[in-house]
Amino acid sequence: MTLLIGSITIGLVLALLALGIFISFRIFDFPDITAEGSFTFGASISAALIVAGVNPVIATVCSFLGGMLAGSTTGMIHTRFKINPLLSGILVMTALYSVNLHVMGKSNVPLLSKKTLFTAFENFSDSVSGKDSMVNLIGWEVPARDVWVMLFCLAIIIVFCLLLFWFFRTNLGTAMRATGDNSQMIRALGVNTKTMIIAGIALSNGLIALAGSVLAQFQGFADVQMGIGMMVWGLASVIIGEALITGNSLGLLITGAVIGSVLFRLLVAIALRWGMNPNDLKLITAAFVFLALILPGFMKQTRKIKLFR
Amino acid sequence: MLEISDIYKTFNAGTINEVQALQGVSLNIEDGSFVCVLGTNGSGKSTLLNAVAGTFITDSGSIRLNGQTITKWPEHRRASMIGRVFQNPFSGTAPGMSIAENLALAARRGRKRGLGWGLTAPVIRELKERVKTLDMGLEDRLDSPIGKLSGGQRQALTLLMSGWLRPDLLLLDEHTAALDPKTASKVISLTEKIVSEGRLTTLMVTHSMQQAVNLGDRIIMMHHGKIHFDFQGEEKKRLKVNDLLALFDELRRKDQIDLGVAALLQENYV
Repeated sequence: MTLLIGSITIGLVLALLALGIFISFRIFDFPDITAEGSFTFGASISAALIVAGVNPVIATVCSFLGGMLAGSTTGMIHTRFKINPLLSGILVMTALYSVNLHVMGKSNVPLLSKKTLFTAFENFSDSVSGKDSMVNLIGWEVPARDVWVMLFCLAIIIVFCLLLFWFFRTNLGTAMRATGDNSQMIRALGVNTKTMIIAGIALSNGLIALAGSVLAQFQGFADVQMGIGMMVWGLASVIIGEALITGNSLGLLITGAVIGSVLFRLLVAIALRWGMNPNDLKLITAAFVFLALILPGFMKQTRKIKLFR
Repeated sequence: MLEISDIYKTFNAGTINEVQALQGVSLNIEDGSFVCVLGTNGSGKSTLLNAVAGTFITDSGSIRLNGQTITKWPEHRRASMIGRVFQNPFSGTAPGMSIAENLALAARRGRKRGLGWGLTAPVIRELKERVKTLDMGLEDRLDSPIGKLSGGQRQALTLLMSGWLRPDLLLLDEHTAALDPKTASKVISLTEKIVSEGRLTTLMVTHSMQQAVNLGDRIIMMHHGKIHFDFQGEEKKRLKVNDLLALFDELRRKDQIDLGVAALLQENYV
């Protein structure tokens, strides 16, 4: 049960990543691989600042801004210099690897004894339910601390979902969605699509960096390798969400991304528990996304064959 | 109103794919006039429209609209004065977004888009009213995605959107070419209605000589990136489809003469 709660918490943290991927891949139709760099960038900014004794909330906000900077760089490279979206992302991601090493000063920064966002959550939990107390959750005894931390993450995610839902229904947000849907049309309606793409990819990477920052604080370290495979991970979450939620209204899609993220993390935790080799994790994730991408087309084909029989 | 003077545009200059799309086009359009642009394939009529819309920046020459020189303005900046309908019915609307959202986007054409809520109650009320005038029963489906509608319905909505905030200039780029005849005539009558109600200055590219004869008060005929004929006023009113066909024939014969003369010269002197 502790494992379950831990997985849900990580799933909720990574839901920020899924939301970021949702914005770049689904709203802007922009295969943005900057995610891998900006995820670590968020983690390393927070780690460096927290080690330097900065308030964790400020450190987390700085990570968000750092991610936005990385994202707008990608957007700028793509729009101003007309470089293919994928390549723009690869350039920034590669550059960020060095930047991240510089920010952290080494490849791994431990945060276990430092004051992070989660120390604040845990302190709150201790003051409410008492130190080291256990609560009964559907028959299992689990540490109250873990439950509180999970609830905090849930609250944060709900706030972000509502903010995004609101934002994408404002005049500006609607113009952004239209940019991804039909850029010719929205240009003819007076919107500078280049600015929209830069701002949108910045927002996406801000959220992804935020996910990196919070994950580093949760697991107690930042590592220069932690972003590897994160784009596919986020995409897997988005795809699971879409499969679960049939419909394309904005609210449903945002909720789907969050649920997909939690569910995917749970699936991975169960698979690891059953003895899957952790080294195979990324291979299996990639295979999963591949299948999810080709299945809809494949199913259409088989349906056609049946019709002709 | 619209003053185009001596614009040139060459695509892929210096390569084997070089196309001299516009070769010194000058055109003045008065406020409130409805101009039909005819021309052979590749004559530069759509290029002319795109030059005005700002899809690309012209190589030389100038374009003035409503007293402002817009020659170097990017597309999105010109949009504050220009409404557009494209040839492809799918180009003018965002398929994944609802009818209401598409219309709300058009209701802010060329205006600042901030963090205000997009679909407020007054906006919804107004767009319902306007969609009702289309008489297509779409006012009850405002929340369904526009991608589910037919090409004709989408083109009608695009037309409604382009005329929403009375544009200084309306550009129609063969907007009925991709529709079946029945839908096309519906869209044309809607065009007439929107243009006359708003007294819009309109520049319409068309393939249909019948449309050119029936609509508007001026016909321009383009060929090889130049304006060859320009009929206005009484002259335009007297013009029939057969006259236009004859003119096309004339242009074609001219082309053949050019080639024929070249062959003759080659035989005799080279």
